[in-house]
Amino acid sequence: MRGRRGRAAALPGSGGGRGGSGKFGSSSSSSATEMAVPRILRAAAPRLYSGLPAPAALTAAAARPRDPEDKLLAEPLRHPDFFKVKNLFTLKDLFDARVHLGHKKGCRHQFMKPYIFGCRLDQDIIDLDQTMQHLQLALNFTAHVAYRKGIILFVSRNRQFCHLVESTARECGEYAHTRYWQGGLLTNAHIQFGPGIRLPDLLIFLSSLNNVFEPHVAIRDAAKMNIPTVGVVDTNCNPCLITYPIPGNDDSPTAMELYCKLFKMTIIHAKNKRKQIEVFQELQSRQKGDTSRPVVAEGQA
Amino acid sequence: MTERNPKEQERDATLRLIYTTTAAWRKNVAASGPEKYTEAFIKKQIEEFDLGKRHLANMMGEDPETFTQEDIDRAIAYLFPSGLFDKRARPMMKHPSEIFPEQRKIQWGEDGRPFHFLFYTGKQSYYSLMHETYEKLLNVQKHQDQLVAQGFSLQKEKKNLVGSRWLTKTELEGMLLEKLSDDDYSRFIRLLEKLMTLPCSDIEENYIKKFSKEIAVQLQKVSTEPLKYDEQGVAFSTGEGVRKTSRATAVVYDNGTGKITVNGIDILRYFPVLQDREQLLFPFQFLDRVGKHDAICTVSGGGRSSQAGAIRLATAKALRSFVTETEVEFMRQAGLLTVDPRVRERKKPGQEGARRKFTWKKR
Repeated sequence: MRGRRGRAAALPGSGGGRGGSGKFGSSSSSSATEMAVPRILRAAAPRLYSGLPAPAALTAAAARPRDPEDKLLAEPLRHPDFFKVKNLFTLKDLFDARVHLGHKKGCRHQFMKPYIFGCRLDQDIIDLDQTMQHLQLALNFTAHVAYRKGIILFVSRNRQFCHLVESTARECGEYAHTRYWQGGLLTNAHIQFGPGIRLPDLLIFLSSLNNVFEPHVAIRDAAKMNIPTVGVVDTNCNPCLITYPIPGNDDSPTAMELYCKLFKMTIIHAKNKRKQIEVFQELQSRQKGDTSRPVVAEGQA
Repeated sequence: MTERNPKEQERDATLRLIYTTTAAWRKNVAASGPEKYTEAFIKKQIEEFDLGKRHLANMMGEDPETFTQEDIDRAIAYLFPSGLFDKRARPMMKHPSEIFPEQRKIQWGEDGRPFHFLFYTGKQSYYSLMHETYEKLLNVQKHQDQLVAQGFSLQKEKKNLVGSRWLTKTELEGMLLEKLSDDDYSRFIRLLEKLMTLPCSDIEENYIKKFSKEIAVQLQKVSTEPLKYDEQGVAFSTGEGVRKTSRATAVVYDNGTGKITVNGIDILRYFPVLQDREQLLFPFQFLDRVGKHDAICTVSGGGRSSQAGAIRLATAKALRSFVTETEVEFMRQAGLLTVDPRVRERKKPGQEGARRKFTWKKR
């Protein structure tokens, strides 16, 4: 799982825009199917065995009516852009929000070289074409996670935008952590919070550095706990362990507001889509229930 | 993509044993913290308590509707008499909200999603408080900007902070139901003070008041008693004085000749020593009213010097009513109105007196 994701991160240097749509579908779907069911059940049982959980749970899962559940969860995975995230933003929006502005040449991180378009007067300029692709991938993934009722945690240690990030999280019904990160939050959660706690299913980093310009501890912890991460990486950040990096500016207010707006819109949109489809399915099943009764009576009679 | 191939399922169904020590899966009772209660559990306890209260009322032959907590306590003490010393060890029947402390009940719902959006920070109440306060700050700044844009000048009024104080750390902990560190507390207070210092912070006054308490400003204003008049229309005033074990009362009359009587005896007879008479005259001397007042004093207890000191204090207190406030202030600064706190120090064992040690002999 991790190998596949690592490769997805390294793609931008070579892939460009060409096999883009196919890759959206495959990477997101594989991660999504593996994500929702196993982690919740794994958290409950002690980790004695790896792989799928106890046979009892499996048989219970098999006993459930499979068709509607399948349709609900499998339908979005058939389309490369089920939630139409491409329509949420344009390249011009990114440019106007100054997403392409990076730090000075001296601050450049070695692994960010593939994402940088060029350097003007010592300031790095990020390649917005690559940013577009990455942002679309990331938003698509977030939408799928939100659709499957995953817990999303916004992380940012930038004091300037702490309030903005927390408000964004509150407004879309998800969670935020823009404060001092206690060491064992993800890795020692059962002792810190109590047994039976559910860890976040996705971590979104709106700034992947902490106050001393080192990579945020949560990136490493999430990788340890097999939690996918989406992160805005600036030219001085390390994109290595982040599942869906988004090369872009994380210091301008306009850029941060744009990201918050985009994430909020995708999450709300995905949740509404889910509710819509659930309601639609319920109506369908009710109709089927009504129509099936006269058929059964005839049969019995 | 939807149906997993049988091969994949087979592969995943092979369980690989991960070797862990017993320490890893034994429940760490000490580290798991205080026991947490679900909302449903607390609700059930409350229902059981109400039902039990009614049963108890019926048992005691009283009206279930008007059965108060004190009645419950009395009934339990009657039905289950206990000779145990510690009150907390005796049988008690209290409302569940008093028994189950208002600590963190389980913070997430059935689907596992926490209720509060800052749950994963660990200190949700404190950080949500900081978030709210910062929001008020931004609000005030926005309001300020609007005023400046409209052209109004901002007035910086200095608010009187004397009568109020911020909540202490323990009080804030009680409010948030969460432990705070000193750093957290000081950070919050600094944010509140920053909010207060802004010119337009009147908008959020209600919010700031939640975190401030008024201290009763103790003013040292001792109001002087007014003059009383006797049958002849002569003004007089009384005062009481204390020194060591002596207790004295003095009645000072106006339009006098400077005659002072102590226990019915003239001071010349009562106090043969000059020093004591000087003490008595000092208040009058200080106010330049030596021959103008008569004084009738009573004194008991103590010795010669302490009685003189007591009468001196009594006359000074009585003279306050005849004199202006500034002169009262002068008297106070001169020490005429202060009770002398010196009392005889006790003798300690191993010493000859209170301070005097026995003679030290080298060999």
